[in-house]
Amino acid sequence: MAVLVIADNDNAHLRDGTNKTVTAALKLSGDVDVLVLGKGAAAVADAAAKIAGVRKVLLAESDALGHGIAEAQAEAALALAGDYDAILVPATAGGKNFAPRIAAKLDVAPISDIVEVVSADTFVRPIYAGNALETVQSSDAKKVITVRPTAFAAAADGGSAAVETVSGADAAKTRFVSEEMVKSDRPELAAAKIVVSGGRAMGSAEEFQAVIEPLADKLGAAVGASRAAVDAGYAPNDYQVGQTGKVVAPQLYIAVGISGAIQHLAGMKDSKVIVAINKDADAPIFQVADYGLVADYKSAVPELMSALTAAGK
Amino acid sequence: MKVLVPVKRVIDYNVKARVKADQTGVDLANVKMSMNPFCEIAVEEAVRLKEKGAATEVVIVSIGPAQAQETIRTALAMGGDRGILITSDADLEPLAVAKLLKAVVAEEQPGLVLMGKQAIDGDNNAVGQMLSALLDWPQATYASAIELSGSSAKVTREVDGGLQTLDVDLPAVVTADLRLNEPRYASLPNIMKAKKKEIAQKTVADYGVDVAPRLTVVKVTEPPKRSAGIKVESAADLVSKLTTAGVL
Repeated sequence: MAVLVIADNDNAHLRDGTNKTVTAALKLSGDVDVLVLGKGAAAVADAAAKIAGVRKVLLAESDALGHGIAEAQAEAALALAGDYDAILVPATAGGKNFAPRIAAKLDVAPISDIVEVVSADTFVRPIYAGNALETVQSSDAKKVITVRPTAFAAAADGGSAAVETVSGADAAKTRFVSEEMVKSDRPELAAAKIVVSGGRAMGSAEEFQAVIEPLADKLGAAVGASRAAVDAGYAPNDYQVGQTGKVVAPQLYIAVGISGAIQHLAGMKDSKVIVAINKDADAPIFQVADYGLVADYKSAVPELMSALTAAGK
Repeated sequence: MKVLVPVKRVIDYNVKARVKADQTGVDLANVKMSMNPFCEIAVEEAVRLKEKGAATEVVIVSIGPAQAQETIRTALAMGGDRGILITSDADLEPLAVAKLLKAVVAEEQPGLVLMGKQAIDGDNNAVGQMLSALLDWPQATYASAIELSGSSAKVTREVDGGLQTLDVDLPAVVTADLRLNEPRYASLPNIMKAKKKEIAQKTVADYGVDVAPRLTVVKVTEPPKRSAGIKVESAADLVSKLTTAGVL
């Protein structure tokens, strides 16, 4: 049984989700290859070749692949699908965008967002915003699976696989127009060790920036937000932690002025340590928090900043 | 141009799903059901396209139990023109749903399929992409803005790290993300009007599509519970506890 992992990358860097997906793949088979889709992505392929346990790296390039056009990504993967029993893709927005296309073309059921490999055909995945875990057994000969990165440890470096070029693919009916990426020196939300999130209590985008961002910067943390804060326009959608946003599992999650709606808890309840700061002692967020501080964030966050300074942070 | 909007009846998003004691699934008996929130956003967008004159007809389709009729009525009250209910007793997998929708597309010949990015029960985030692949139509998922211009659509998408804009030839499949719009509440007159709108009654068998499940649900369990921790008295207390825990 051979497994193909499709790398998460931005043409320049290999993202951590790839290493985590390789870990899941190695539970299925010792023969794990990595496919890098992109444009000018040789450095990504070289990084993938260093992951321990990877047999070989395949690099497919085209303009459409460089822009992450799903039709082209699926076509490039399908050209190789004959050689593999399973195709694993990190369950990022980009991965979820094209993986189901591969499944449809192969006439198999996609298995989305797995958090555990039980056996070669049986997997655990969250449903109902993580309020239930479903164990499913697939009867399809070939499997197409997306893997929730936070559920698996990252495969370490230490390999030296060969890189092979394979044919790229284009999308005839879809054209890339533009992109607008959020520029930030902070760590990536999904991979950060510490996340500081703000909720609707912030009341405005200015307040969100004035309160949440300095605290995050002091801790070297990524910034997150509840759906309520995103809905209200206080934070960009990219910050959203929750069922419909990003799922994070950092070492430390600090929720500021977040009540803890089901849909938010779904995105952060696997964090190692959860801190909640909220003036409402009955807020549901306290039911999952390891440390709760019942206080108005307006006074609590500045106090926390000084306490951190006093502790030499 | 005709717009086809598939909608799903799911557990209301404010209700906490509870796992059945026998581990066969989630208990939906006597639980409030509603239209999937992302489907609601897709319906709203389709109705706005019609109000702007960019679409001529909005057709709502739902696959599910007989009660999915209510979900279609809700969409008709928001401004949909007519509905198609495909009854199915089984909870169908995304592959089966995509195949059924492909058959509906063959009959209805829409210029655009506009649907939610994900249903909040199965959380698969797959049907739109699969339908697009089966039809060999272009796809634009996670839309936060849609602009139709003649034979193509410019769609702004929520991607990892920001926004991406694509231009896709029509017909296409577009899936709605949270920020595309804020769905309206149906007015009482429109709710009354919706009662008279046509809903075609179909069954899965009418489409001659293989909907056999490919996945067997072995069990459905509760996730490990996280218990509440302690309350700290002050920010300084918090910092000392976090330092001891080794997470700072």
